[in-house]
Amino acid sequence: MKARHKRLAWIGGGLVIIALAAALILNAFRSNMVFFYTPTQVANGEVPKETSFRIGGLVEQGSLQRDQDGLTVHFAVTDLAKSTAVSYQGILPDLFKEGKGVVAQGKLDAEGKFTASEVLAKHDENYMPPEAAEALKRAQAAGAANSSLNTEVDTLKKDKL
Amino acid sequence: MIPEIGHFALILALLVAVVQGVFPIVGAAKGNVAWMALAKPAARTQFLLVAAAFLSLAYTFAIKDYSVLYVASNSNSKLPLQYRVAALWGGHEGSLLLWAFILNVWTVAVTFFSKHLPQVTRARILGVMGLISVGFLLFLLTVSNPFERLIPAAIDGRDLNPLLQDPGMVFHPPMLYMGYVGFSVAFAFAIAALLGGELDAAWARWSRPWTTLAWVFLTIGIMAGSNWAYYELGWGGWWFWDAVENASFMPWLVGTALIHSLAVTEKRGSFKAWTVLLAIGAFSLSLLGTFLVRSGVLTSVHAFATDPERGLFILAFLVIVIGGSLALFAWRASSVGKGGAFDVLSRESFLLGNNVLLVVAAGSVLLGTLYPLFLDTLGLGKISVGPPYFDSVFAPLMAPAVFLMGVGPIARWKKAELPELALRLRWAFFISLATAALLPLWLGHWTPMIGLGLFLAAWVLLVSLQTLRERLTVSHQSLPERIRSVPLAWWGMWFAHLGIGIFILGVTIVKGFETETAVRMKTGDVAHLSGFAFTFDGVKSIEGPNYIAAQGTINVTKNGKAIATLNPSKRIYTVQNMPMSEAGIAASLTGDVYASLGEKLQDGAWSVRIYYKPMVDWIWGGCALMALGGLLALSDRRYRAAKRKAVYQPVPGAVAA
Repeated sequence: MKARHKRLAWIGGGLVIIALAAALILNAFRSNMVFFYTPTQVANGEVPKETSFRIGGLVEQGSLQRDQDGLTVHFAVTDLAKSTAVSYQGILPDLFKEGKGVVAQGKLDAEGKFTASEVLAKHDENYMPPEAAEALKRAQAAGAANSSLNTEVDTLKKDKL
Repeated sequence: MIPEIGHFALILALLVAVVQGVFPIVGAAKGNVAWMALAKPAARTQFLLVAAAFLSLAYTFAIKDYSVLYVASNSNSKLPLQYRVAALWGGHEGSLLLWAFILNVWTVAVTFFSKHLPQVTRARILGVMGLISVGFLLFLLTVSNPFERLIPAAIDGRDLNPLLQDPGMVFHPPMLYMGYVGFSVAFAFAIAALLGGELDAAWARWSRPWTTLAWVFLTIGIMAGSNWAYYELGWGGWWFWDAVENASFMPWLVGTALIHSLAVTEKRGSFKAWTVLLAIGAFSLSLLGTFLVRSGVLTSVHAFATDPERGLFILAFLVIVIGGSLALFAWRASSVGKGGAFDVLSRESFLLGNNVLLVVAAGSVLLGTLYPLFLDTLGLGKISVGPPYFDSVFAPLMAPAVFLMGVGPIARWKKAELPELALRLRWAFFISLATAALLPLWLGHWTPMIGLGLFLAAWVLLVSLQTLRERLTVSHQSLPERIRSVPLAWWGMWFAHLGIGIFILGVTIVKGFETETAVRMKTGDVAHLSGFAFTFDGVKSIEGPNYIAAQGTINVTKNGKAIATLNPSKRIYTVQNMPMSEAGIAASLTGDVYASLGEKLQDGAWSVRIYYKPMVDWIWGGCALMALGGLLALSDRRYRAAKRKAVYQPVPGAVAA
């Protein structure tokens, strides 16, 4: 092979490999993106059925219930405007608490109940998952939350800083 | 008084850093010897000043001075001494001070081990490192001052996040930062070469040991972090594709490409521009990692609550450093020249192939990490990209790289012969295939991923044996002599590659055959998992220095024989009233049994999670072998010989300047 042909072969081979890699990456990327929704969006039916997504907000006060087996839990995630019922089988993170920020990933079933496959809580007293903060912010911006709740959001935001 | 001394030292350090960053570089451009000569004393003075600041903050933590805001926010009087000191890097400000301090450690090390470098080169290298330091010191002094006073002083501190009160906190961040920041040396070498327009085999030889050392620290740092997550987070995961893990993994991938590309540049003079680009890339990704962790844009166990001003500062700094160095690269890269030609089938092409795959892998991680942030910033919605994406992308990209890794070391430079390679590797190949096909059936079940993993692991291990055998049967000396005649650098390569094989084996087995169960247990209850019987013997209360805990006792037996007693516990750290699980683990080479306590249920029962993790420790064993390989390569005689010889020679370049 002449030097020029060799160089062309190199460039051609390289391009094919990179194109393959790019196709692989983009395809995997598209099929594994997980979207985030707020409880208000869930209530308005803006979320896809049978696809995994994330919701975030606060664990509603007094909503935590445990089944007889001790391992299945039910709670509601709220953005202080609307709330979504969530059930989860497994052990909750250490910092999961009513009234605190939470992010859950899972699917919505036909009856509109959210079954979580993963529950993330905050990991630090001063820290709130950005998704949870976002849900509260959106609900507040929509003017759905009343003034007493707004104060609560402000406190939470202050906590975050 | 001590915090003010620290603060003042930091201000002085900034001034010295400006001197170190400006005069030597300008001096090198103008040929002003006196200006270039400023580099060394300036670097050493800056080191002493930053060290003084670092020590005063450590001292402030040690004596529990809660009139300093940062100390009051991250420490507590009940915190044991080792964690009070480690709390220094438990928050935003202190971890940046650690960054700046470690940068100075590397810089001062360069002043001591660069006697053999031409003065212009050394001046440029130290100058570039001075400029990086200017950026970080400015950041510390303007928006992240750790010495800020709290008036009136707090009576006691708010405590270090309990998650961080662990021996891992003492080692993981400093090791990781040694790696991150260590790439600044390779970066500075690359910029110096671009500025000087000289990039030759000597340049590659000088920057190789620095790069390898940084890579060793990064490897150990990531390994320590992974192991820490494994036992601390309570569910036995060892890698989460968390954005911050990715932030440390990207420089590792590019750094791995860099050490291999440097080898080609040194031995064969090829890949010069590519090597420089990788050096810029590795350090840029380290900076990006710092930005991701410190700007508070992520949901992660590593993210601190921070304000946007800081994120903006790092982002601006990032743009200046990456943009500036890439612009310099675009402008000067043509001046570094081309290397020797090589055939499509040669060790060079195998290394190039590996390089490309490593960089593409780093790119895929970058996409998965940054794209969600990008969408969020533009207000296009919040998405997250989880482990499934990374798993499905990473394996297909790394599989050919690992396959090539087996072939590379026995292929010849410049031109190799395919029939010859095939002949030498045929047994390794067929035995690997057989292993991949049959071993999983014996272990229980076969999936494509298990097959692929076992094939690659067997391939790496067998090819390693083959290479070793070939290496040791060439000459006619006795075996001990032959072993001694093999250079340490070669052993370094061998152990690091073996480490990859061990790592893949661990990952494949644990991913393919781990088992878990979550059960409700009362005293006397027995749970069964993978042939083990777990008997719950109740929970008792214990008291630590700054926590109270419920500690469970679980006796593990297999076929009636006692294996281990696990003591998972649930701690409540009293200062922040924060709960924290501590797993109970019995580790062994064949696998770990792992238990953690969930919540206390009614009538004295607990929810308990139990795992069996076969061969999980091989993962970290493989990483340790890689790090060992790096250390061996560093200790190779030719680096020492080059230095010793150089000491007795007049510094070349000084005359020319």
